[in-house]
Amino acid sequence: MLNGDEIDFLCNDYQTLLSALRDELGMIGTKEGCGTGDCGACSVILDGQLVCSCLVFAPEVDGRRVETIEGLAEVDHLHPLQDSFLEGAAFQCGVCTPGFLMAAKALLDRNPSPTETEVRYGVAGNLCRCTGYDKIVRSILDAAARMNEPENRKEAP
Amino acid sequence: MKYRAPTSIDEAVELLSAHPGAAVFAGATDLIPQIQGGRPEPSLVVDLKRIPETVRLESENGFWRVGAAIPAAALTAHAGLSAVFPGLVEGAGLIGSDQIQGRATLGGNLCNASPAADSVPPLVALGAEAIIVGPGGERSAPVSEVVIGPGATSLDRAEFITEFRIPSPSRWSSDAYQRFIPRTEMDIAVAGAAARIRVDSDGRCEEAAVVLAAVAPTVVEVSAASGILEGRLIPHDSGRDAFWDELEEAVVSCCNPIDDKRGTAEYRRKVAQVLARRTVVTAARRARETL
Ligand SMILES: Cc1cc2nc3c(=O)[nH]c(=O)nc-3n(C[C@H](O)[C@H](O)[C@H](O)COP(=O)(O)OP(=O)(O)OC[C@H]3O[C@@H](n4cnc5c(N)ncnc54)[C@H](O)[C@@H]3O)c2cc1C
Ligand code: FES
Ligand code: FES
Repeated sequence: MLNGDEIDFLCNDYQTLLSALRDELGMIGTKEGCGTGDCGACSVILDGQLVCSCLVFAPEVDGRRVETIEGLAEVDHLHPLQDSFLEGAAFQCGVCTPGFLMAAKALLDRNPSPTETEVRYGVAGNLCRCTGYDKIVRSILDAAARMNEPENRKEAP
Repeated sequence: MKYRAPTSIDEAVELLSAHPGAAVFAGATDLIPQIQGGRPEPSLVVDLKRIPETVRLESENGFWRVGAAIPAAALTAHAGLSAVFPGLVEGAGLIGSDQIQGRATLGGNLCNASPAADSVPPLVALGAEAIIVGPGGERSAPVSEVVIGPGATSLDRAEFITEFRIPSPSRWSSDAYQRFIPRTEMDIAVAGAAARIRVDSDGRCEEAAVVLAAVAPTVVEVSAASGILEGRLIPHDSGRDAFWDELEEAVVSCCNPIDDKRGTAEYRRKVAQVLARRTVVTAARRARETL
């Protein structure tokens, strides 16, 4: 299951999930920074758990649920995290952004009202060479506040 | 390189026996970066996570059985385990970022055989046994005997660990783990220390274990610690009592550290002393809280 759709794909045994997404499926929203688990640019959510797709072998996800940045927005509107990142200027070059958004989504799924410290720990596995992090942290807190407003609150899936 | 995900121990052992170049893995958080870094690629990788015994977590007959391939995130989320072995959960919870927590396992942390592995000192302090399977059937070994040097284990080529068996703590017993790193996240320990303390009904130490990380080629137990701490009332702060000097001396005599970019050998010895004191105080406080 990729972003809610059942899909079949072929890959080599040695390919990583990151490479299968980008090179076999054309899902190039997920980025490669380091390939060794240090930068978080490749973050995806696997069976509800945030992971680095560069550290997952592609055949491992057979029968499992994968969420990528391509599935974050709804058909006609962005996810509140995406809105806050845009308004808060939480990116410059944008290479780290899909990874930060997926890490932030995993955090808010688990903890809808994180403190600033919890946000900083939640994205500690993501590196950004451009923004200096502060705008990213503020934008995540801002999105959490918006999502917690009564009219925006959605029942947990 | 081929990938297989056997669903039974027998199937996994057969695959490993038939493929001399095979390697098992669980989270791959050490395996993939090592291949990326130029280590020879295994001819076959055997994913252990679909074998039920490696992902089981339960307590029975005075033991906790903790699957070797359970990701750290599942261990830290387990209320029962966190209540009984807070130090082990602290060690597992310190491994990498949230992304790494979703994958890293106790079996991989041990068998990668780094002296700085954060979950290994608490496992040793708790007297955990590794349950090992292979062509000769099942055997068990103390966790302290699995790693024999940096990157080297005593396991046979076709053997792997299915689970850890940890004695349920007697009453009035608890544990703690702390490490020191130059940043607050995403770094490897300069030094680490685990302690397990049992107290009597007056709160005096009855039994102790202190185990150090990153100060020698393998994790090391400070074997003199129990003798030094027995019968002592361990204060809430680490205080001035003379037995602390004895403990610090015992800690230093177990250290054989390296100099590297994270710290000099001298610095590692000092940090190990401080962390040993702090984890003894924390484990003793937790043990007294169970009184
Ligand atoms: C960004 C990053 C940060 C990290 N931070 C830390 C940290 O703070 N502290 C720390 O201690 N480590 C850290 N690590 C290292 C690593 O995440 C841990 O050692 C982890 O516990 C390894 O578990 P794994 O299941 O991913 O191992 P794998 O990569 O799957 O396996 C590691 C080794 O153990 C063997 N193995 C795995 N399971 C078994 C088994 N059941 N029986 C026999 N052999 C087995 C494999 O063959 C391989 O040689 C970090 C790694 C990364 C990439
Ligand atoms: S590309 Fe996966 S963590 Fe950097
Ligand atoms: S915006 Fe460029 S790396 Fe983060």
